[in-house]
Amino acid sequence: MAGTDSETAILAEGVTKSFGDVKALRGIDLAVRRGTVLGVLGPNGAGKTTAVRILTTLLRPDGGRARVDGHDVVREAAAVRRSIGLAGQSAAIQEELTGRENLEIIGRLYHLTWPQARARATELLEQFDLVDAADRAAKGFSGGMQRRLDLAASLVGNPAVLFLDEPTTGLDPRSRLSMWDVIRSLVAQGTTLLLTTQYLDEADELADEIVVIDRGLVIAAGSSEELKNRVGGDVLEFTVADQHQVAAALGAIAPLGEGEPHVEADTGRISIGVGSGGSEALVSGVRALDAAGVAARGLTLRRPSLDDVFLALTGHAAEETPEPAGRGRKRGRAPDGKASS
Amino acid sequence: MTAATALSTLHLDEPPLAQRARWAVSDTLTITRRNLMVWMRVPAYIAFTVIQPVMFVLMFRYVFGGAIPVQVHGGYVNFLMPGIIGQTAAFATFGTAIALATELRKGVIDRLRSMPMARSAVLAGRLVADTARMLVTILIVIGVGYAVGFRFQNGVAGAIGMVALATVFGLAICCIAAYTGLAIKDEESVQAFGMIWLFPITFLSSAFVPIKTMPGWLQAFANNQPVTYVIDTMRALALGGPIQANLLKSIACIAAILLIFAPLAVRAYKRAS
Repeated sequence: MAGTDSETAILAEGVTKSFGDVKALRGIDLAVRRGTVLGVLGPNGAGKTTAVRILTTLLRPDGGRARVDGHDVVREAAAVRRSIGLAGQSAAIQEELTGRENLEIIGRLYHLTWPQARARATELLEQFDLVDAADRAAKGFSGGMQRRLDLAASLVGNPAVLFLDEPTTGLDPRSRLSMWDVIRSLVAQGTTLLLTTQYLDEADELADEIVVIDRGLVIAAGSSEELKNRVGGDVLEFTVADQHQVAAALGAIAPLGEGEPHVEADTGRISIGVGSGGSEALVSGVRALDAAGVAARGLTLRRPSLDDVFLALTGHAAEETPEPAGRGRKRGRAPDGKASS
Repeated sequence: MTAATALSTLHLDEPPLAQRARWAVSDTLTITRRNLMVWMRVPAYIAFTVIQPVMFVLMFRYVFGGAIPVQVHGGYVNFLMPGIIGQTAAFATFGTAIALATELRKGVIDRLRSMPMARSAVLAGRLVADTARMLVTILIVIGVGYAVGFRFQNGVAGAIGMVALATVFGLAICCIAAYTGLAIKDEESVQAFGMIWLFPITFLSSAFVPIKTMPGWLQAFANNQPVTYVIDTMRALALGGPIQANLLKSIACIAAILLIFAPLAVRAYKRAS
């Protein structure tokens, strides 16, 4: 085996990639220990998919180096491909074929014999709760079933390292929870997993370590708990139903906070980090809002979520498109996703 | 970079060459099988690849045919059939381009490229399956032609030669289509682009009418383009007549298309994203 630390399943150092003028990755470092889950968290266009495509040998990095399961992703791409499984943002299955046929064909392409490919397909269909639908065309599957089939397909070769690029994007909440269960059971069996997501709760639920990527750079790394501590305390949150009162509310609470308050425009939800102010901050908040004549609902003091972390780190929410204007940097089409080349 | 890559393919944990060659063949057959299964499951694909050429046969035979004077033994239907078959081979490649664009969009190609399978197999399997599909279509069209009065005039060898030439020609067009599908990526644009070049190149040829009925400026194009060379050769194979000059031109054109577009298609596949 190539001589890297055998405890490290994925290692990236200074990986860069540009598409024309757009710098998709500006020097990414990642390290994932064997048997753990790394959540790569970032908004659309942050560079998550580009990073996954480089680590899975689909794209060559412009600079830096990366190893997966001990093999260099450029020089030993074929060996990397024998170690990995990949499930992307859309279900990469042949809809006209049945679930079983899809898996059997993938098995054949992993050079299993027909009997082995059939046996592996049956095994995976059971594991992913697809037995009843196994012999129907995948076209008729629900979104959640298609994603499960796609995930099953990525596991046909028993990969040591699994890459899931936004595995639950576009799924309804119930399918999402069932996908989480499936992923947890895979991890319990010892698979090393790199998972990208724009959902903070998903990273919180599934990942041992999280890296936050924004505009092609890792801006923070650590466990969910460590990241939350970086917000530095509690968060005061409330909702202002009347759009016209939002400005007044912001004016009233701004002096209480340690950072800028954040407003979710469509819901009128306002949050602000209040450090270790505790219940005093809560009381001051009520008084300030009352004095300003703002009708606020659901005023609470809570522990920070990863949403707050993201906000504190980047100045914008995870599921918002970053505001390019103020940064004076030209951004082209999002380099993250199918439209790129 | 290329030299480094070539060296790295000799990496020690690579399987031996003979094993890789066997896998390349078996992977190609697996992809071929998958593509043919998909084709047979979708009525729209069958309609597009079979019903459309059959309609062309009937339409030209009975609607336009009476108005088109030809000096061919057996009349217009004998003139028409080699033309329709050549056009059928060219149009069958729409399926190639659209299928590859769709697989690219859905991430199927990403999945396959991330697997330890032969890199050549996705394209090779696509070309083998689409050529087989094209051959089936051609045989059905010939059957329909027989029902409406077409007869080969030049023996069995000539008939087989005509079908073989049409198939090889179709394969060459498939390479162009594979490249456009992978390069353009969007299914609707791929289809629109196919119309833009396939319609003129097949209709502005000797496929349906004698070229001398066209205006002079059009004759200059129609007389000197690959589809005319191929169809005139097919016609000579099916009906008899001088063949050598057109056959050589056909082979040269087909070879040129393959030499240019097969590498382009492979490159587009390797870089696809």
